[in-house]
Amino acid sequence: MSDTVDIRLSVNGERVAERVDARTTLVDFLREALSLTGSHVGCEHGVCGACTVRVNGQIVRGCLMLAAQCDGAKIETIEGLSDAGEVADLQAAFEQRNALQCGFCTPGMLLTAQELLKRGGVPSRDEIRDHISGNYCRCTGYHAIVDAVEAVAQARAGGKK
Amino acid sequence: MKIVEDNPPVLSALDRPNSYIGRSVPRPNLKRLTQGRGQYVSDVTLLRMAHVAYVRSPHAHARIVKIGKAAAEKAPGVIAVVTGAELAKVMTPWVGVLTHLKGLKSAPQAPIAVERACWQGEAVCAVVARTRAQAEDACELVDVTYQELPAVVDPETALDAKTPVIHASINDNLCFERKLDVGKVDEAFASSDAVVETTFMFNRHTGVTNEPRAIVADWNEGEQRMTVYQGTQAPHMMQDLFAKHLSLRHDQVRVLTKDVGGSFGIKVHTYADEMATVALSKLLKRPVKFVADRIESFVTDIHARDHRIKAKIGVKKDGTITAFEIDDLTGIGPYSVYPRTSGIEANQVVNLVGGPYTCPNYRAQARVVFTNKNVMCQYRAVGHPIAVAVTEALVELAAAKIGMDPLELRRRNLLPDENYPAQSAAGLKFEKLSHHESLAHLDAMMNYAGLRAEQAKLRKNGVYRGLGFASFIEVTNPSAAFYGVGGARITSQDGATVKLDAQGNISVATGVTEQGQGAEAVVAQVAASAFGVPIERVRVVTGDTDNTPYGGGTWASRAAGIGGEAAWQAGKALRANVLVVAGAMLQAKPETLDIRNGAVVDKATGTERLPLEELARVAYFRPDTLPAGVQAELMATRHYVPRAWPFAFTNGIQASYLEVDVDTGFVRLLKHWCVEDCGTIINPQLVDEQIRGGIVQGIGAALFEHCLYDERGQMLNGNMADYLVPMAAEMPDIECGHVVSPTADSELGAKGAGEAGTAGAPACIMNAINDALRPLGAAPLGEMPFTPERVLKALGKV
Repeated sequence: MSDTVDIRLSVNGERVAERVDARTTLVDFLREALSLTGSHVGCEHGVCGACTVRVNGQIVRGCLMLAAQCDGAKIETIEGLSDAGEVADLQAAFEQRNALQCGFCTPGMLLTAQELLKRGGVPSRDEIRDHISGNYCRCTGYHAIVDAVEAVAQARAGGKK
Repeated sequence: MKIVEDNPPVLSALDRPNSYIGRSVPRPNLKRLTQGRGQYVSDVTLLRMAHVAYVRSPHAHARIVKIGKAAAEKAPGVIAVVTGAELAKVMTPWVGVLTHLKGLKSAPQAPIAVERACWQGEAVCAVVARTRAQAEDACELVDVTYQELPAVVDPETALDAKTPVIHASINDNLCFERKLDVGKVDEAFASSDAVVETTFMFNRHTGVTNEPRAIVADWNEGEQRMTVYQGTQAPHMMQDLFAKHLSLRHDQVRVLTKDVGGSFGIKVHTYADEMATVALSKLLKRPVKFVADRIESFVTDIHARDHRIKAKIGVKKDGTITAFEIDDLTGIGPYSVYPRTSGIEANQVVNLVGGPYTCPNYRAQARVVFTNKNVMCQYRAVGHPIAVAVTEALVELAAAKIGMDPLELRRRNLLPDENYPAQSAAGLKFEKLSHHESLAHLDAMMNYAGLRAEQAKLRKNGVYRGLGFASFIEVTNPSAAFYGVGGARITSQDGATVKLDAQGNISVATGVTEQGQGAEAVVAQVAASAFGVPIERVRVVTGDTDNTPYGGGTWASRAAGIGGEAAWQAGKALRANVLVVAGAMLQAKPETLDIRNGAVVDKATGTERLPLEELARVAYFRPDTLPAGVQAELMATRHYVPRAWPFAFTNGIQASYLEVDVDTGFVRLLKHWCVEDCGTIINPQLVDEQIRGGIVQGIGAALFEHCLYDERGQMLNGNMADYLVPMAAEMPDIECGHVVSPTADSELGAKGAGEAGTAGAPACIMNAINDALRPLGAAPLGEMPFTPERVLKALGKV
């Protein structure tokens, strides 16, 4: 078995073809091969959620998936979501509410929150807390994050009426 | 929906036209972070950069007999394999002592262990390779022969004659000892109607910053200069230490700190592996990067607390507290951490116990002992969580014993609001505190009476809820009394340089640093207000020893109070300079002019006279048109250090409402409140978020976090799956309130707010759990964290 694998994939809408070490995790691949450093490495064992990215529309832990598994996949990171404007309202709410301090968890937190918000409706504070409970934030104590997500849920629901 | 609206200014004295003081201005650096465009040290890549991984001791204490490097040196990508003995030729060792902590002693520590490893996780060999993965691969091939030595793991027996001494050079395992005896303690206890005596355990926990420690060191042999990118709280302190131990001049060392993924006191210390990384760059003449992985972090980031405290309180029937007594024993690992030492926390505990109260009788003993576990040092709120928990638990146990409401007992003993300046039994000096007003505010904010009624009603249904409180004081804005007087080259002053650019905008270079707490925002608010421009026209520069005034950085809740005041004074100085130029251009007296909203105006009427952009154009490009003798000075620097008081003490009170499941032992947090007094509030939202984040960090210590060690000194739960941290689902909403007692030591009057949450939260949780279980006759819990097992044991169920 070879130590390297050739993969072709889409990252934030760009076509990418790379040869990767079979052991390279998705988040290391994004950060090191593609310089997409918005996805962060916090624990490398699937607990902290700082490496959260989207693979084929679903959020995954970039440290628990290998780059080699992503052949043919569509990957989206915080850089892609930002440039596309998909989470602009959520980012604005985080900024206005100071729902981040050091910002290290924020890209993962935004992707996780967006997954909840995409389901529509206005989740309760408990539902928001439950949904983001796999994303570790040492700075905020979470209260401000829940406020920001709740505010965006209400704004989006209001906008649809 | 609770997005905070812009609050009106709090203080009229600072309310210049268009003042930003007291307003919840969003932080200027947030968009970068929400878009994933921050630059953390772990993101930094340089040309020719190599990566280092460390071989770490698997033993708590072992002689390093031999290090076989040959196989590792031949591994793919390896650039160098370097032992402690080899690195000792590049970098000198250090000793973590301070002269004002009399008798404090420690042993020399090297960047990589030489001959002996003293804790599990200490680096014993470095492997530098082209990639981190290759370096880790080769670490597996380094063949270290160890001779295991007996490990000292229990602080309780560390001083026993039969316990081996860790460092032969310092005779025993005692790092530091302090005794205090004030008033008439024995007589006071004898005259008490009730005495409560108990033992508290504050187990080890650690910071778990989301971004682990990270450093990139770049020695340029051609320039003979070291550039270090480091996630640190104190760039100038690190510049001094790198220079000292590499025998370089300060101007040969530049420390750059950009975005930092969380600090909390973890990143204000000297770490051997970071020092080694800098030494390796010098040795190899190329950039070397080290990022601790999470497993390394757990055994090398400083641990915190680890105190066993025997404590005693005396009280009279009328609620008067007669005396406090404590005996603190704390285990700090094999070295006192450099340069702040590991004696400060126990010293703080002695200083702070009983601090909010009038009680004049106080006896304390603290002993700080060496062990073969990871090093212990200052972490957010240093000593306060311990002292507050001990004091406040004693207060509530005493209240229960004499059958008095715990808030009433506090009212009868807290230092009176009208009687300042005041001094505590331990000798702490208080300029102005507001314990009673804070308590009254909290009482009303939480609807105390209503919650007591609800609690009583639910108890009848077998639902056990508890209310717990913690009054506290907090050390902020430290003067040189903290470290400087003890010989540490840690500055307590800070500077700010404000510069007008050629378009009429300003930049502020500050010695304080941004760790996410909002220092950039606070400095921008203050400078914009003092000088007179919209905040959008202020750019703040931090974290660069080449380009910021010499400063202390971020620790002991000093950034806003000290860095903010320096920015205020510098902003005012630049305004005066600019008005001299404006006066010349407008043929007006400078004192009749002001700068408001980015333009020079007539001071009396506010009529615009000259946009700053025009003034800057003339001053920079047509100075020939200014009158002879008028030289525009468009950059101003001011420094500030607190002088009137050694520390600006803040105060406050917290409350917790929780429910204990008496069948499972689980604790469910329902709500938390905090009223605090940090003086002038520059940015209400940022203060509240410091409080909230700090509270949750304190809750982590109270309910979840514990670095578990076995009897051989092996850490058992050094990963995030086994070491529990607070996550969103278990945390409560937190309501904040404020009382404002500015310090007169500065014009701004701001004190610190970064640690108050962490100081009080563990005490609150403890008291609330004990309040919930009191009707069940449970033994009061005093060992943190309060796991379900400990709760069930207290209930006699397991």
